[in-house]
Amino acid sequence: MSNFMHWFIIIISVGSFLGCLWLIWSTSKPRKGEAAQGEETGHTWDGDLAEYNNPLPRWWLWLFYITIVFGLGYMAFYPALGKFAGTGKWTQVKQYENEMQAADDKYGKLFKQYAAQPIPQLASNTAAMKTGQRLFINYCSTCHGSDAGGAIGFPSLKDRDWLYGSSPEAIKTSILDGRSGNMPPMAASLGGEQGVDEVAHYVMSLSGAPHDASKATAGKARFVVCAGCHGLEGKGNQAIGAPNLTDDIWLYRGSIGAVKKAIIEGRAGNMPGHREFLGEQKSHVIAAYIYSLSQ
Amino acid sequence: MSHEKIEKNVGLMMLLIVIAISFGGLVEIVPLFFLKETTEPVKGLKPYTALQLEGRDVYVREGCYVCHSQMIRPFRAETERYGHYSVAGEFVYDHPFQWGSKRTGPDLARVGGRYSDEWHRVHLNNPRDVVPESNMPAYPWLQDNILDDKQTPTKLKAMRTLGVPYTDADIESAAAAVQGKSELDALVSYLQVMGTSIRNKR
Repeated sequence: MSNFMHWFIIIISVGSFLGCLWLIWSTSKPRKGEAAQGEETGHTWDGDLAEYNNPLPRWWLWLFYITIVFGLGYMAFYPALGKFAGTGKWTQVKQYENEMQAADDKYGKLFKQYAAQPIPQLASNTAAMKTGQRLFINYCSTCHGSDAGGAIGFPSLKDRDWLYGSSPEAIKTSILDGRSGNMPPMAASLGGEQGVDEVAHYVMSLSGAPHDASKATAGKARFVVCAGCHGLEGKGNQAIGAPNLTDDIWLYRGSIGAVKKAIIEGRAGNMPGHREFLGEQKSHVIAAYIYSLSQ
Repeated sequence: MSHEKIEKNVGLMMLLIVIAISFGGLVEIVPLFFLKETTEPVKGLKPYTALQLEGRDVYVREGCYVCHSQMIRPFRAETERYGHYSVAGEFVYDHPFQWGSKRTGPDLARVGGRYSDEWHRVHLNNPRDVVPESNMPAYPWLQDNILDDKQTPTKLKAMRTLGVPYTDADIESAAAAVQGKSELDALVSYLQVMGTSIRNKR
C-alpha cells in the first residue's frame, strides 16, 4: 500500500469519527433563540397540534457516544487504518491457519494412526470406515455415486469387477495418481461397418448376452485385433484398464448399440489424480473404504 | 446551517447525503483499485484462451452464477471441500468477475481439473446421469449449438481494452481457435481452467 493510500484511509476514517462526534455534540446543545426545554416550539400543525422542545433521550445520546468509542477501539485493535496492523495483530490468513492448526491437532493424530495400518486391516475398523465414507461422499461421489454404484462411464466400486485391479495398492494408486483409459476408434482396422457389427455381436456373445450367432462367429476371427488389449479370450487387461468383456458388467451399457459406439468412436475414461488435493493420508482412508465395499 | 434549510431544499439534501455516505466507499473501495494484491495477477495466471472466453460467455448467458459461486472463503469448511481459498489476484482478467453470492450448487472457483472432460459433458447434458440426487437443470442444447466465431475477435479486443494482455496474434487467431466448436466444448474448456493457477496443495 502506498503512503498516499495509507494517509488517505487514516485521514478520512479518523475525520469521519471526529465529524460524527462534532455533529452529535453540536446538535445536542440548546440553540440560540429556541424555546426553553419543556416549552412548546411554536410550530403548530393541523390547527392545534403542537410540539414540545424536548432533547434527545439521554440513553439514546449516550449510545451514539458509546458507538464512537467502540469504533475507535475496533480501529485500534484490527487492521483498519492503512498500513497500521492493529494492536491485536489480527490477519485473515492467521485466523485461517489457526483454524487449520486446531483441526490438525484434533484429527492429524488419527489420520497418522490410520495411515500406519495396512488397508485390509483398516477396512475392518468401524470408526475409520465411517470417516472413509464421509470422505468418499465428499470427494468421490460426484462421479462414482454416493453409494459407490457408479454411473454410465464411471465405474461402480462396489461390484467385484475392477478395471485396474482389486488390490489395495491398485485402489490407492487410482486415487493418488488417477487413471487414464483410452480405447482408440477401431472401425477401420475391423473392416468397416460389417466388421464392427460382427465384432459387436461376438463381444455380446462373450458374456452370454442376446446376439446373432452367425455374426458372432464371423466376429470371432476379427476379434484378434481387439486381443492386444482385451486378451484373446476377451478377459481384459488390468495393467492398462482394458475391461473384461466376458462378465456381464458394463461400463458403458451392455447393448449392441453401446458396444458399436465404443468400437466406432473409441472410449476415453479419465480419472484425475488426487495426490495434491487429498494427500496421502486421506487417500489411504478412502482406499480402505473402497476396498471394504467389495469385501 | 439549520435542518430546516436542508429539509426544504431537496437538491442540497441529496448532495449532503451523497457526501455523508461516500466516506465508507472512499476508504473501503477506492484503495482496492490501487493495491498490488488486487490489481496484479497471481503468478501463473494466464488470460483465457479464445475458447475459454467463449465458454465463459456461455457460463454468464446460462446464469451459472445464480447457483454457483466462484469464491472460496478462507475457512476450513470451505478449503477442505474446494481447495485453496480464493485470492483477488486470480480474478484480474475476469470482466466482470463471477464471484456470485449464492450457492445452490457447489462453489466452482477451483473446479478445473477436478473432473474429467467427459464427466462435464455427461453432467451438463443431464446432471442426473452422474449425480442422481442433483437438482441442477440439464443443458442439452450446449452440445448442439455451434459457436459464432465472427464475434470472438471482438470479444478479445473488448477484454484488451479492459486490461487483459492479449497480443495481436491472439486476436487474429481467435476465430480459427473456436471455429466449429460447440458451446459445450467452450464451457468445458472454461470450467477446466478455473482456479488452476493456484495449486490445491495440502
